[in-house]
Amino acid sequence: MTPDQVIALLAVTVVTGTPLIFAGVGELLAERSGVLNLGIEGMMLVGAVSGFAVAAATRNPWLAVLTAMAAGGAVAAGHALLTVTLGTEQVTTGLALALFGTGLSAFLGKPFIGIPNPVPFRAVPLPGLSQLPVLGPVFFRQDLLVYSSYVLIALAWWWIYRTRPGLHLRACGESPETADAMGVDVTAMRYGAVIVGGALAGLAGAYLSLAYTPAWTENMTAGLGWIAIALVIFSTWNPLRLLAGAYLFGAADALGFRVQLLGVETSSILLRMLPYLFTLVVLVLLNALRRQSLVPAALGRPYFREE
Amino acid sequence: MAGATAPTLGAAERSAAPVPEWLEVVGIRVGAGVAALAIGAIFLAATGHDPWTAYREMAVGALGSPYAIEQTMIKAIPLMLTGLGVALAFTMGLWNIGAEGQLVAGALAASWLALTASTLPAPVMLPGLILLGAAGGAAWAFIPAVLKAFVGVNEIISTLMLNYVALLWVDYLVFGSWSDPTAFSFPYSRPFPEQAHFPTLVGDIHIGLVFALIAALALAALLQRTHWGYEIRTIGASLPAARYAGMRVRRNVLLVMAASGALAGLAGVGEVSGVIHRIQQGLSPGYGFTAIIVAWVARLNPWAVVLVAVLFAALLNGGFVIQTAGVPAAIAYMIQAFVLFLVLASEYLLRRVRRRRALARMRAVLEVGR
Repeated sequence: MTPDQVIALLAVTVVTGTPLIFAGVGELLAERSGVLNLGIEGMMLVGAVSGFAVAAATRNPWLAVLTAMAAGGAVAAGHALLTVTLGTEQVTTGLALALFGTGLSAFLGKPFIGIPNPVPFRAVPLPGLSQLPVLGPVFFRQDLLVYSSYVLIALAWWWIYRTRPGLHLRACGESPETADAMGVDVTAMRYGAVIVGGALAGLAGAYLSLAYTPAWTENMTAGLGWIAIALVIFSTWNPLRLLAGAYLFGAADALGFRVQLLGVETSSILLRMLPYLFTLVVLVLLNALRRQSLVPAALGRPYFREE
Repeated sequence: MAGATAPTLGAAERSAAPVPEWLEVVGIRVGAGVAALAIGAIFLAATGHDPWTAYREMAVGALGSPYAIEQTMIKAIPLMLTGLGVALAFTMGLWNIGAEGQLVAGALAASWLALTASTLPAPVMLPGLILLGAAGGAAWAFIPAVLKAFVGVNEIISTLMLNYVALLWVDYLVFGSWSDPTAFSFPYSRPFPEQAHFPTLVGDIHIGLVFALIAALALAALLQRTHWGYEIRTIGASLPAARYAGMRVRRNVLLVMAASGALAGLAGVGEVSGVIHRIQQGLSPGYGFTAIIVAWVARLNPWAVVLVAVLFAALLNGGFVIQTAGVPAAIAYMIQAFVLFLVLASEYLLRRVRRRRALARMRAVLEVGR
């Protein structure tokens, strides 16, 4: 590989990792509050289709992104209602939401199949930064949504570890009883985390249909939502490690696609298995190497004060 | 009221129920079904379809003629088999979300035999297909089982990842060495030889239905009447209790996942040998995922899985039929998910209301006694 090819590969890595960062931070917030959200895949699909629909109708990409986030947040609100208020089993509810989102997006998306996005997000080189050697072309000649993913990671890290509400969020996930005693409204915190998380999953979906592909196809997430959940486990619930995981995954995915361009004789179909196998291998290594569990202690456990 | 024994919270909760348990369980499900259809109607109306016409056509297409019923039953077979497999795993608290991939793995294994040993006589071919298909599904489920039992990898993610891998294997083979030279690069394999076609019972309903019913019978007997079934239920109810009782959890994870996968694999054989008579891209419209909803709505009860599978198959079949009228078939999937939401919500709501009442009553009793 020439240096230029390596740089191109790294730039693709960043793009591929971006939806995983959005969805991963969303899942991370929900899990930090103590709610497992397995519906990410469904929320991404609903975000992807509603964002695309608005882009096609209004030709306003930002309105499209906002709609996608609102749609993802709305589906997530359903998850919060069931799991936080009613205390339903979180695994089942999340699975049901994933299936629901798949069905809903296919239902709504029928008229949009085969239409290209009229207003795709294009690369906007950042003045100055984009001229840096290596880092410039890799990180700073991307579209605006990619830039927002950098901000999101920094913001999430700072908010979770350095602010009072962030401390309260972690308390809800570790020990809701303690959080309650501290005066934190556990229910409100969990609702907030799940809904914001869903909005970020919607944003991840919008990134796929508005910037990455950019078009709507049924089931276009192809398991990215589930991979994001795996990455949250990989990250040990830390946004910075999530960033590393997302790019590691993006690199594996990008490399798979580039192998052929390098003249290696392989089947493109077999290469498409790589992201899933890579995720499995990462989980195996993680479990084999980890000494103690870092899972939020109250993850999956509903909290009701009177009981 | 509680007689000589001290009132427990559980007993108090149960005594607060005004109707028999079975009636409540059935009532919630019927109510959820009706409410889900109503919500579906709102979605249909909001997207410019006439809900009444759409539902009428769905009903006619699913159940309105002998042909329609036949098509519904054909779709019920894989839902029963995958639903039973998923229910078995869920009973032990194993989240096998990979029935779709296991179905595909079973179909792949059976197709390998049908396509490479195409001259085998039917008496050898058919048992071979069934055994290989079940083994294929079991093997595919065994991977996450080993990872769970020996490395501790979360089975939700691993079974899901393997779904995508199995589906890509189908693509690889039907575009590659198994492709039908006469199909102009359509994603089909060569057709199966005659002797690899499942015998049919009535019309096009194949013998997979018999396997599904035998599987339901076997599973019901296993779970309720054998020690192994007792172990599976105990592990599902309380892992520490099962460990304390000396039950071998690791061995059960391997066995139950393999059995669960074998049932899904059988569903896959039924699809390739009983319905499409070749293997192709998109051989399952998500049966393995619908199976998750079927198993939950059926409360993991094997006979209820059979019944719910037929109802959900009717919904799916109705969805396919109204596609020709321009209504997306996905409406069927949405309604199924709504049924599950509503069942979950109403059951937990009831449980919480009862728990709160029972607590209040016990507090009152304690106040009086003081």
